[in-house]
Amino acid sequence: MPAFSEISAFRFGYGLSPHQAPSDSPDAVLAALRGEDHLAARWPGMGLAQALEMQREFLRLKRAERDDPDAVGPAFKRHKQSLHEALIGSLQITLARGVEDPTGLRERLMGFWSDHFTIRSRRLLEQSLAVSHAETALRPHLTGRFPDMLRAAVTHPMMLHYLDQVNSVGPNSRLAQKKPQRQLGLNENLAREVMELHTLGVGGSYTQDDVRQLAELFTGMRANGEEGFFFNPDLAEPGAEQVLGVRYGGDPATLAPIFEALDALALHPDTARHLSHKLAAHFIGSDPAPDLVAAMAERYLAQDGALLPVYEVLLTHPEAQSDLGAKLRQPLEFIAASLRALGLTGADVMALDPAQMRRHVYWPLRVMGQRWLGAPGPDGWPEEAEAWIAPQQLAARIQWALAAPRQILPKLPDPRDFVEQALGARASEALRFAVPRAEARHEAIALVLVSPEFSRR
Amino acid sequence: MISRRIFLQGSAILGCSAAAHPLMSSVTLAAAPGDRRLVVIILRGAMDGLDMVQPYGDPNLRAARPGFAIGPEAGAHDLDGFFALSPLLSDLMPLWSAGELGFAQAVSTPYRDKRSHFDGQDMLEAGTGLDVPGEMRRDGWLNRLLQSMPGARAETAFSVGEQELPILAGAAPSMSWAPEARLTLSGQGRALLDHVYHDDPLFREAALEAMRITDADDPAMAVPEDEGEAEIEPSMMSSAQSPARQAATRSIEALAEFTAERLRGETRIAAFSINGWDTHRGQAGLIRGPAASLSAAILTLRAHLGAVWGETLVLAMTEFGRTLRENGTRGTDHGTGGAMVMAGGALRGGRVYGRWPGLAEADLYDRRDLMPTADIRSYAGWALRAMFGADRALVEESIFPGLDLGADPGFLL
Repeated sequence: MPAFSEISAFRFGYGLSPHQAPSDSPDAVLAALRGEDHLAARWPGMGLAQALEMQREFLRLKRAERDDPDAVGPAFKRHKQSLHEALIGSLQITLARGVEDPTGLRERLMGFWSDHFTIRSRRLLEQSLAVSHAETALRPHLTGRFPDMLRAAVTHPMMLHYLDQVNSVGPNSRLAQKKPQRQLGLNENLAREVMELHTLGVGGSYTQDDVRQLAELFTGMRANGEEGFFFNPDLAEPGAEQVLGVRYGGDPATLAPIFEALDALALHPDTARHLSHKLAAHFIGSDPAPDLVAAMAERYLAQDGALLPVYEVLLTHPEAQSDLGAKLRQPLEFIAASLRALGLTGADVMALDPAQMRRHVYWPLRVMGQRWLGAPGPDGWPEEAEAWIAPQQLAARIQWALAAPRQILPKLPDPRDFVEQALGARASEALRFAVPRAEARHEAIALVLVSPEFSRR
Repeated sequence: MISRRIFLQGSAILGCSAAAHPLMSSVTLAAAPGDRRLVVIILRGAMDGLDMVQPYGDPNLRAARPGFAIGPEAGAHDLDGFFALSPLLSDLMPLWSAGELGFAQAVSTPYRDKRSHFDGQDMLEAGTGLDVPGEMRRDGWLNRLLQSMPGARAETAFSVGEQELPILAGAAPSMSWAPEARLTLSGQGRALLDHVYHDDPLFREAALEAMRITDADDPAMAVPEDEGEAEIEPSMMSSAQSPARQAATRSIEALAEFTAERLRGETRIAAFSINGWDTHRGQAGLIRGPAASLSAAILTLRAHLGAVWGETLVLAMTEFGRTLRENGTRGTDHGTGGAMVMAGGALRGGRVYGRWPGLAEADLYDRRDLMPTADIRSYAGWALRAMFGADRALVEESIFPGLDLGADPGFLL
């Protein structure tokens, strides 16, 4: 059985760092989660107010450019540039926090929930919203209650854009009646994904009719650059809706019944199972032990959707101590763990300039198959190891491990020390044999970083 | 390639037995079977078949989609007096005239009702019905074809692009590559890596394939060093001339060119994805990108396959169709029956195949979607029969378990 310090570093964290000792007990990890969110305070992400301000500015400049392209063009270009920088900036703080976090689990959970509530901006206009989504909707609830996180995630302007809620209108709403020529109508996308992905899970006990009803209930939820999220009763489908056998709302339409329905979905036993299974599958293994999932789901329901008690079950269950290696570090996790093992600190990551961030992080992530804030669909990134080690993806990891460390660090560590520093007892005989025989220091370092035991956790 | 193999055998001094490697031992097998080439393109996001291959002769289409451009008077190309090809696929019209482009309308997988992309794509690529246990859905139907193909080797099938393709996943080895990847490692570094990966089959086989391909590959196909701003813009909504669109088209062309190269060699089966068909709002704008990619992919394959195009069939399949009626946001929602795009010199093209169910409300599935009148797998099944000699029992029991192949639609030359 691996020591808990190894479990905490690899299964629940970003691996070993020469500057920090790994947590040696579940209590130490839980204490860190209960404590203050120091890293969010140290390297804050973009807030919603700023995101909306950037969106408004984009629209203002776009309109002004139409009237006077010569005068406004350069300012518009600068603004677009600042949106690109915001994207790279959010990647940079995410990486810095992962590299720095002494226990690692808070940042790993940030990654998990960001994936659970995947968003993607399809337009530059929405980019600041995308950058702010996890930071403002998820981060405050990482160790709080899932119903609160669900409400914040779903009503964030980015989610309302991404899953088309901003265009959904009750077919019999006041607005649709008043402007029949506009052919306004319902869009089921958000309602479907809330049930299928965010709460009950695709195997959950809901039907197409429940999706439709929830979509009708959701009508009226909107977002714009002025107010962010708001509710407009003129867009709401009149009458009550029946979701999973419960009636919600009625006339006049208000936001309260939508929140009631979201709370009910969040606390549904199918949701408890879905979230527990997904957490266990992410941290421990694709096919988690049924008793672990059952224990987590039971605790979730007993604690009214509080997440910290669920993490406690995950950390203390005997399954948490099972052998490492069933899971694989996804590309961003791989880069964070590599930089951490190489001795970088969060501050070192924050000191990278935007060009370095693009060259050493943003582009390599794409070729490794994990474009930043660019999951292909709302179901997020795949969990299976096989999905991340296709030949071209492995080639990208190897290429990164050969090139990036020596370009980022002033001096590479001695490879023989680096094996211990990065892997400790996990280093295989084959790796210990190979490292001293490499013909160049950078190749020896790369061998450690691309070894199966470094990527497997 | 030869020098690569010699090198790998040389690495046995490090304790790695080259002969024990599944890809190495397959070298002695016979050449891949036959000369036919099959390319499967997965159109992810649910392509609106009623927009790409418009049944403009059915008055219900216009009635259900008042905000859409429909039929020849809106720029679509009449195909047969009833269907018209979207103007976004204009560049493919010469292929239609040459009998190298065709369609199957009102097709679907057996997936019904929940209309989830992810389940729908899983089922399309697994080639199974809903009655098949989850375990069975872990491999793809192209992989089951390979498993049954005597003389198939890893090079026989290629998945191309950064995206995972479950359609080729499974026990039979196949190759995969994204044209963007490269590798610069010394000979000694490779040998050592081989040693480190020896006991981990996932890493070992991926690395072996990566090295084989990069050896044969043009080093110019590298990670973009240029950090041009336009390329990190995740915009999918901009005009046809946008840098993002051009980059997307270039990338699909590179992918199709790479695929054609492999097919000119030992590869007989290739698969890749074209994303972006989930057009819930402003469909007229959103669908331009994926349609341009589909058109570019087919034209690039044709241009680079040369004489081999005559032996080639391209099947572009999507997880399901979209609603007949446009929604409140000038888009369409997840539906059921859809269209398949077929191309290639091996195709009896110039026709729209399939039994047309009609678009009157009573003719629809669930009163909202195009009623599927054929299982999309039966087209694939007939293609496998004609191209690779798979017999009926193999197709109906093993490659597409539970499928009733039905009568031959006769779409192959």
